[in-house]
Amino acid sequence: MLIVEHLPVLLIVISMLAAFTILIVGWWNKKTSFFISFATILVQFVMSIFILRHVMTVGTIYYWFGGWAPPWGIEYVIDALNAYVLVILLALSLICVTYSKRSIEHELPDKIVSFYALFQLLVTGLCGVTVTGDIFNMYVFVEIFSLAAYALIASRGKIALKASFTYLVLGALGACFFLLGIGFLYSVTGTLNMHDLSILLPPLYGNRVVQAAFVFFTVGLCVKMALFPVHTWLPDAHSFAPSEISAMLSGIIIEVSTYAFIRVCFSVYSLEFIIEYVPIFDFLCLVAGLGIIIGSVLAIAQYNLKRMLAYSSVSQMGYIMLAVGLSVSTHHALWGGLTPALMHILNHALMKGCLFLVAGAFIYKAELWNISDLQGLAKKMPYTCAAFTLAAISMIGVPPSVGFVSKVYIILACLDAGGWKIIFVAVLLLSTLLNLVYFWRVIEMMYMKRGEGEEGHSHSSSPVKVDEIPLSMLIPVLTLAILCIVVGIIWLMEIPIIGSFPILDRVNELFGLGVYAP
Amino acid sequence: MIVESISPLLAILCPVIGSIFVALFGKWPNIRECWTMLAAILQCLIVFSMVPTILGGDIIKYTFFTAFPNVDFGFSIDAFGLIFAITASFLWILVSSYSIGYMRGLNEHAQTRYYFFFCWAIFGAVGVAFAGNLLTMFVFYEILTVSTYPLVAHDQTPEALFAGRKYVAYLLTSGCFFLAAVILTYHFAGTTDFTNGGIPNLAEASRGALMALFAISLLGFMKAAWMPFHSWLPTAMAAPTPVSALLHAVAVVKAGVFGIVRVVCYIYGIDLMSDLGLGVVLASIAAFTMIVASLMAIAQDNLKKRLAYSTISQLSYILFGVALLNPMGVEGAMLHVPFHAFMKITLFMCAGAIIVASGKTNISEMKGLGRVMPVTMAAFAIGALGMSGIPPVCGFISKWYLALGTLEAHSLILLAVLMISSLLDIVYFFPIIYTAFFDTPEGEEFGNSRIKEASIFMLVPLTLTAIFSIIFCLFPNTFHIMDLVKLAVAGLGGGV
Amino acid sequence: MMEWLIEELFAKYNYWISIVLMLIGFYAMIAKDNLIKKIIGLNIFQTAIFLFYISLGDITGGTEPIVSEEMIAQGYVYVNPLPHVLILTAIVVGVATTAVALALVILMYEEYGTIEESEIIELERERGA
Repeated sequence: MLIVEHLPVLLIVISMLAAFTILIVGWWNKKTSFFISFATILVQFVMSIFILRHVMTVGTIYYWFGGWAPPWGIEYVIDALNAYVLVILLALSLICVTYSKRSIEHELPDKIVSFYALFQLLVTGLCGVTVTGDIFNMYVFVEIFSLAAYALIASRGKIALKASFTYLVLGALGACFFLLGIGFLYSVTGTLNMHDLSILLPPLYGNRVVQAAFVFFTVGLCVKMALFPVHTWLPDAHSFAPSEISAMLSGIIIEVSTYAFIRVCFSVYSLEFIIEYVPIFDFLCLVAGLGIIIGSVLAIAQYNLKRMLAYSSVSQMGYIMLAVGLSVSTHHALWGGLTPALMHILNHALMKGCLFLVAGAFIYKAELWNISDLQGLAKKMPYTCAAFTLAAISMIGVPPSVGFVSKVYIILACLDAGGWKIIFVAVLLLSTLLNLVYFWRVIEMMYMKRGEGEEGHSHSSSPVKVDEIPLSMLIPVLTLAILCIVVGIIWLMEIPIIGSFPILDRVNELFGLGVYAP
Repeated sequence: MIVESISPLLAILCPVIGSIFVALFGKWPNIRECWTMLAAILQCLIVFSMVPTILGGDIIKYTFFTAFPNVDFGFSIDAFGLIFAITASFLWILVSSYSIGYMRGLNEHAQTRYYFFFCWAIFGAVGVAFAGNLLTMFVFYEILTVSTYPLVAHDQTPEALFAGRKYVAYLLTSGCFFLAAVILTYHFAGTTDFTNGGIPNLAEASRGALMALFAISLLGFMKAAWMPFHSWLPTAMAAPTPVSALLHAVAVVKAGVFGIVRVVCYIYGIDLMSDLGLGVVLASIAAFTMIVASLMAIAQDNLKKRLAYSTISQLSYILFGVALLNPMGVEGAMLHVPFHAFMKITLFMCAGAIIVASGKTNISEMKGLGRVMPVTMAAFAIGALGMSGIPPVCGFISKWYLALGTLEAHSLILLAVLMISSLLDIVYFFPIIYTAFFDTPEGEEFGNSRIKEASIFMLVPLTLTAIFSIIFCLFPNTFHIMDLVKLAVAGLGGGV
Repeated sequence: MMEWLIEELFAKYNYWISIVLMLIGFYAMIAKDNLIKKIIGLNIFQTAIFLFYISLGDITGGTEPIVSEEMIAQGYVYVNPLPHVLILTAIVVGVATTAVALALVILMYEEYGTIEESEIIELERERGA
């Protein structure tokens, strides 16, 4: 067995060990906790790259826990989908942990150790969800990352406690639904292994229990991924959490829940079940479309920057779920299947990660929470504001940014799906305009609004001193901002050359999506 | 024949590199402005170097990468594209010089930002001119929109901010429609390349779909300021005058019109357009805009606002010519692109010179101004004459072709519209000339003759453009404009 | 009628009980203003699911799942142990969730001096204004 085939489990083990090591070593020296966390995530990230390469060149990795063959033992399976999500997840975690060093020292000076311990648990949980091939194991990992997230959100105290509590109640409810779904499936098949389930389930598709289980999974995960109208926990949680956690929450945590949903739909159930027995995806498209619009409208109504970004996430989750919903009715090689959805998972991680980190930078520097506080900030923090602008115009979808690429692919998918789904073209374009309204407001405030008493044609007014955030925070922010553009160009350049993006292609192939004719 | 060449890339890189140096040398105004000028001149030379190849009947292509199957991200320069590129890059030199005089004259703030985004706006405009298909054009069109926002809102006064907001709201909204048009065109035709005589596959789509697509495309080009989506343009006059001059008389609005011409002639093709009866629709919109905008121009007292409405009206001449769907009309339209640019930029630069020299913005305050600023007002008179289509200024030539076009289309109504609109042009321009030259001056400033001509940086460009406006009439083939237009029209094929 | 009742209701009473419990828990989570009561509701909901799982694994007349080959040959029926194991894990998760929730409530009580959700919102609004 190659060493790379052990990586899935190592990924989880070192991460969890690091969490406890941080706790213990932190007693002795607080400073070490950052370095342990950073090193661990770096190692994990490198591992995930190796895993991705192995999956692409050799094939799916199967790891049997303790050598127990499935369906008795727990199995970790990594195919193209996991590998892809894993790399995004760890890349964003790496960026956030780099950013967190100074900002946590500033914001939560007496909670450094517990912060990093929890952060490491969060990463463990997220990785666990992505690598596991056992549905109950997935539930456990969902709860691990959720618990870590509850605690991290609450770490600021005060109103954050309330936000965290709301998230906890709803999140636990969602997880309970998920658990109930697992119970239903277990009661009819007697197995928990996803692959095993997918073999045993097809003859039972007509069974009400199997169908009810699917609905439970859907509802449970929709709560976790904050799909409209069960998004109510998200705005508070995302706006009051420390910014690096907001970036993680918006950028990857809700997306991992989406991953879980995709996994359940296509690996446990199958395309046939979704199309013929519980045709829920058209309904999902509708809900997602509503979410896109309503999320954006609510974002416009916000005056708190992070809250605005949080509502924007609700809208962006709509994009992803719309793309997922369309995946079963598209069949083009390029934009068929899950390609647009998976694309947007990466793109949203980049954009929203950057935006939240910038919002955090403003808070770090001068406790600027509201949009109106940002007046004329571009002179004081030019690089941070430039990063925000890049990410914001990506969100609006100005070419050649990542947002533009996502938008084009989702629109092409809508046209490909045809029929009444063409209305989503209008929804997407409308949402672009709404994005424009709320992001442009911020850009204008940062660059164009003058401070009071500033004269119109003053040439002599003393130049404002540049007062940037520390380099360890600036580099992550700028990296994400530049990636917003670079990745957009890569998406545009690479796909047609190779015929399509190999990894996304592999995912579609795996689930039999994007090829069949309707 | 298709020639692969990197010269389009070099041309487009000039403003980018220029902008970087502008930003780097922001602290030293002289060096900074040298870079702007250098980039402008270099770009203009590169653009001119392409002329012989194009006149030889070739098309210059440069492809970056393939973005979607059958859709390259790249440039493909034909005669029409080159006309626009020549106009934009040549006028950039003059406006750069003018900007130096204007910005220093008014001691404006944030000049580095101004020159930086100016470079990017030119980058967008020339990119639009070079674009080989709708997708590429869309990308540069959006870059143009975003990069001109800081220019429009340059003053950062509440009024300027409002103008900027309105500008972005209109143009990015229209960007959404443009994007929809790009994707729908791709969906129907399988490609978005500009093809002489239109994309053949497009005709296979249903009539309803094609009409809807055309409507969406038109909405995508609100930069052309056709009514009723014009109101961003007068508001955007809050920008510094050189910006209004280059961007709102040349780059931005022309990019919109250019796009519509591209869609009509190179995506749909003349045949398909007349088959669908869309020419009439476009002609009606254009005729409406020509007349109504001229009427509204009469009511403006602010000089820049009046010029803005005049622009709206003149842009529709171009749409009008294309909508005639015959060679003469298209020729007139294509000629009007550079000719209007030269005349309108003269007018705007004069307006700016008046602001710098006298601080006056309203026409009613300009009584007797021609006596103290003779050069400026003479240039203004030349521009105004040209706008009204009076020889020997180049506006006459394009209007002549447009009129021939209406005759070829056997439409006396359209000819009448053209004539009425020309008459209205005279109605709103002549009072300005009269006021400036023949009214008795009021107020003490004139007595002490405190008002002098503006600085040489401003005076030279505006004189040059005025002279060029006349040269274009006497020798329409200056810069090979006429040859290029003939070539472009000859290539359209179909019923032309 | 009676037969239907016996077949549908009483024979599957274990499911009905967990459904009723679930709904009670759900009601408490949604409708109660008191944060502690919300947590209790959550616990009831979780317990209902646990009971559901446990009753799944049970077989009437089954013995504990410690059997030898001989016993199986003799026809012993044994209870499926896996649901119990799963539920042990789920209980641990539930306890952890409850612990975090209670910790949050304690901190909120220290901060605001109340555990009524509406009062906390009210207080926060006053602070904001």
